[in-house]
Amino acid sequence: MSTDRMAQRRLTLTIGVALAIGALITAFPFLWMLLSSFKPQREALDFPPTLLPVAPTVEHYVTLFRELDFGRYLVNTLLVVAISFIGLLLMAMAGYGFAKFEFRGRRWMFFLVLATMMIPVQVTMIPTFLILNSMKLTNTLAGIALPTLVSGFNIFLFRQFMTAIPNETLEAARLDGAGEMRIFFSIVVPMAVPIFAVQGVLTFIAGWNSFLWPLIIANDQKLYTLSVGLSLLNQQLAVNPSLQMAAASLMVVPMFILFAIFQRYIVQGFALSGLK
Amino acid sequence: MNRRLAPYVFVGPAMLLLATFGVFPILVAAFVSLTNMNISGLARWSNVKFVGFANYTKLFRDPDFWQALWNTVFFVGVGVPAVVLLSLAVALLLNRSGGRFFKALRAFYFVPAITGIVAISLVWSYLYNTQFGLLNFLLTSVGLKPLQWLSDPWLAKFSVGLVAVWRGTGLNIIILLAALQGIPRDYLEAASLDGANAWQRTRFVTIPLLGYALFFVTVTTLIGWLQFFDEPFVLTKGGPLGTTTSVSLFIYKEGFQQSQFGYASAGSLVLFVVIAAVTLIQLRMRRRDIEY
Repeated sequence: MSTDRMAQRRLTLTIGVALAIGALITAFPFLWMLLSSFKPQREALDFPPTLLPVAPTVEHYVTLFRELDFGRYLVNTLLVVAISFIGLLLMAMAGYGFAKFEFRGRRWMFFLVLATMMIPVQVTMIPTFLILNSMKLTNTLAGIALPTLVSGFNIFLFRQFMTAIPNETLEAARLDGAGEMRIFFSIVVPMAVPIFAVQGVLTFIAGWNSFLWPLIIANDQKLYTLSVGLSLLNQQLAVNPSLQMAAASLMVVPMFILFAIFQRYIVQGFALSGLK
Repeated sequence: MNRRLAPYVFVGPAMLLLATFGVFPILVAAFVSLTNMNISGLARWSNVKFVGFANYTKLFRDPDFWQALWNTVFFVGVGVPAVVLLSLAVALLLNRSGGRFFKALRAFYFVPAITGIVAISLVWSYLYNTQFGLLNFLLTSVGLKPLQWLSDPWLAKFSVGLVAVWRGTGLNIIILLAALQGIPRDYLEAASLDGANAWQRTRFVTIPLLGYALFFVTVTTLIGWLQFFDEPFVLTKGGPLGTTTSVSLFIYKEGFQQSQFGYASAGSLVLFVVIAAVTLIQLRMRRRDIEY
């Protein structure tokens, strides 16, 4: 029995080592990105390449903000994220409406919510552009944020969660004379904090990384988000990889920090999206 | 606020947005695909002419569209098995132990899934670079020939696909791991008592019990590859010679680079029909699954 257990332990150890190697390979591009971002341009172009920067420098990070407009791109990205949080609130309200009210048209409206979950963005990008163009919203931050402001799937998740809120609590508040909006903000929202946390983090990630709509909608450099600014760097400065790596780090490292803090919510959120 | 009005106030704004940017665009696409809408039509609606199904007949005669279609079939054919098998293998191995070390490793596999595609593509282009890239250095240092990672027509398909596999497995690993942890230990112990070894337990107990999760992961991965866009768009712009142009990228190019909105809309409707068909087949199969 004990030799059996030792064999088991050895197997676990072997698997652990194999997984660790796999994890290192998976993470390596990020490590390479970070290390290269601190190399002077000459060193980043050297062949054979160095692993650790020989003469580390932060000049590329300075360049991004001083000579290029990354400060503005950062602000734009944060604005897009902020607008998408309004969408989060609207989706929570809709989820609550579907979960706790009987009303005319509820069935077909909810069917609409489910149906939009199946429609991919590549199918709607051309008509959505035409719609935004006719609303004169191309080249505005609102136009960038609007197409992805609400999603059927998130409304669905909010509804699932809010169905569990006891009706008695809501009725008691109504008897006390609380208005419907007041009930939503002071009773429902506090009870739904877990789902808000999950969705909030995912909304932040999606807004931060958003690329397609900023690319399509923003013609004016003043409206570029980090992703679009970054893709421009790809075309203009093919000979300065360390500057590119610094810009890439600027986008990726905040996500790592976010992941380190909110790992539980992020993993939960992605596992939930698996239920789709 | 009146209680009968309240639900509409709650549901209204989100439904309005959903209708405008989720449902209405399909109708617009269907209409525009029957017109010659282009850049001049964008300026004045009076320049737009109804052309019937001309865009569709042109589409099916366009060698570029067929190439994009076959490329997409290739990406689906190679990408789906690669992502699903790799995710399954890593999830099974990660499930071996609930120890802290194994839990910490999960983060590494997952993290590519939450990083932005543009940043990722820059990093991979640098790794793939033929003059000063790390990958060719590694190849030459073990005595192999350097490769044209992104400019060889065949290899480019795999290079672009590799980045998508790298980015796509994390999410699936999480889903499969959650399903694996839902499998009761008793089943595995019972099989163990009956003399089944680790491989047999995995093959005949764990994998059948994963059933739905595995099916789900396969279908979402399939739909994901049908829509394949980000990686080729940023890494190769669909080149060399169109060998990495997917259907989605074809639509984007026709629409936003050539401004052939009518023609591109016809392409997007074809893609929509394909994806809707896959989704319906999935729903059918799921129903049959429950009947058994």
